[in-house]
Amino acid sequence: MIARAVRWLFLALIATFLAAPLLVVTGVSFNGTARMSFPPAHPGLLWYGTFFADKGWMAAFTLSLGVATGAALVAISLAFPIAYVSWRYRSRAARWLETLARLSFVLPLVVLAIAFLIFWSALGHVGRIENTILSHAVVFVSLPLATIALGFRSVDPALVEAARTLGARDEDVLRTVLRPIVLPYVVSGTVFVFILSLNEYIIAYLVAGFEVETLPIKVFNNLRMGFQPTMCVGAVLFMAVGILAFSLVAASGDLPKLLGGRAR
Amino acid sequence: MLTAGRAQIALWLAWPSIALVGTVAIPFLLLLRISLAAPDPSGLWKSVLTLDAYGALLNREFAGALLYSLGVALLVATITVALGFPLTYLITRMKRRPQVVWLVFLLVSLSLSDVLNAFSWQLLLSKRGGLTGLLVLLGIMSRPESLTPSNGAVWASLVYGILPFTVMTLYPSLSQLAPEVVEAARTLGASPLRAFRTVVIPMTRQPILAAFVISTVVTLGAYVSPLVLGRPQSWTLAVLIGNAALAGHDVPRAAAMSVCLLGAVGLLGAATVWITRQRPAR
Repeated sequence: MIARAVRWLFLALIATFLAAPLLVVTGVSFNGTARMSFPPAHPGLLWYGTFFADKGWMAAFTLSLGVATGAALVAISLAFPIAYVSWRYRSRAARWLETLARLSFVLPLVVLAIAFLIFWSALGHVGRIENTILSHAVVFVSLPLATIALGFRSVDPALVEAARTLGARDEDVLRTVLRPIVLPYVVSGTVFVFILSLNEYIIAYLVAGFEVETLPIKVFNNLRMGFQPTMCVGAVLFMAVGILAFSLVAASGDLPKLLGGRAR
Repeated sequence: MLTAGRAQIALWLAWPSIALVGTVAIPFLLLLRISLAAPDPSGLWKSVLTLDAYGALLNREFAGALLYSLGVALLVATITVALGFPLTYLITRMKRRPQVVWLVFLLVSLSLSDVLNAFSWQLLLSKRGGLTGLLVLLGIMSRPESLTPSNGAVWASLVYGILPFTVMTLYPSLSQLAPEVVEAARTLGASPLRAFRTVVIPMTRQPILAAFVISTVVTLGAYVSPLVLGRPQSWTLAVLIGNAALAGHDVPRAAAMSVCLLGAVGLLGAATVWITRQRPAR
């Protein structure tokens, strides 16, 4: 009985802690005046109108979506071959690449950002959208790598053997046996990179922040110039995209299993 | 057959190798190289070979900043693991639907931008952000006052950003933990808390250490929260690195500080490996 109450209280406190800032931002976005107050004064959709009518904010928002899409696609094009070769051939080269890919995720972000800043400057290729896309792709590649590797590990070897016995070549096995099993893992890996790239600030800022102003960069720049509830609208949109994307993953697959937990 | 396999491997791995070596390995070599260059007021750096950037870090101020950053990172990692471990455990024992809701909730806060995280805390702790009003109502504060900048605000924002990482690192192993083990302990008369303390924690020592190290490293790399929510004297090394590159236009200095931070992270990793070897999990 007491154990139950303690457990409930603990979960409620954590949930409050995790939800509080999100609730405040959402609340402030509904203010009817330029004041950043919570609870909102004269609630209304004033700042949503401002956001969608403002070319600058909309440009930052669509630019962020474009960068994130590009980063997610590039990351998958890197992660899938590595995970496949590692599973199919137990190749040492693939394992080396895996280590290299993991490395970039476990290092302090700010250090990566400086390394990328130096890299793109040394190439003389500054302020381009490709810088942001490629940098995000290689920093976050370890996530799809992990999910896709999980996918390949969940394949029953007997299935593959049966297909081979019936004369299937590698391409056939890949297309008919592996694709349906591994696809949900590929999708969830793509979503991870998309959402993380959408929200990443310091790398995006250092590699091309002046020219490629994504939404987090724009919000950050606005933080110094004084607040406006429009910033909250941007934040709310980003949260909505995150909730939508992860809910879709959860609805279309087995989320606990995709995250490495026990299957249903 | 073997050569055919090799050709296949080479074909599959060509693009990932080019991309990863080109954009991960080379930038790191360049980082090391530029940490040995000289700043260039009119450009980014002068391609000379000098230890000046490191020499300029040999002072009490930098040592203090490095120790302070490590202290903050260890504090935040301790808090996130202390909260995240029981949280993850409870989540893995939930029924499927609430479990999925919690996971989505955590993934959303995990992916929330550093900028939006810091901004949200700034709003929440501001004069009109609701929390101060609540504190005044409860009689804890006499009148609404902004609670930022402060160390507490930095820690809250960091814990907020890192807790989901901790949970996601712990989730696989806690989820795979057979429920029968805990049930057995309960059948033998252990209270839930005792079963948790004597069975679950010892069985998951390795993931706990991994989560601790990851949380520490992520905190060490956090730039926005300390910058926006802290006072200059509580800026971490990440802020100093970012500012050296951005405001100071001293890229070699930023690179040298980055190398020092990497060294600290390396030592931390080595220490963890050493600890796990000393007392292997039973």
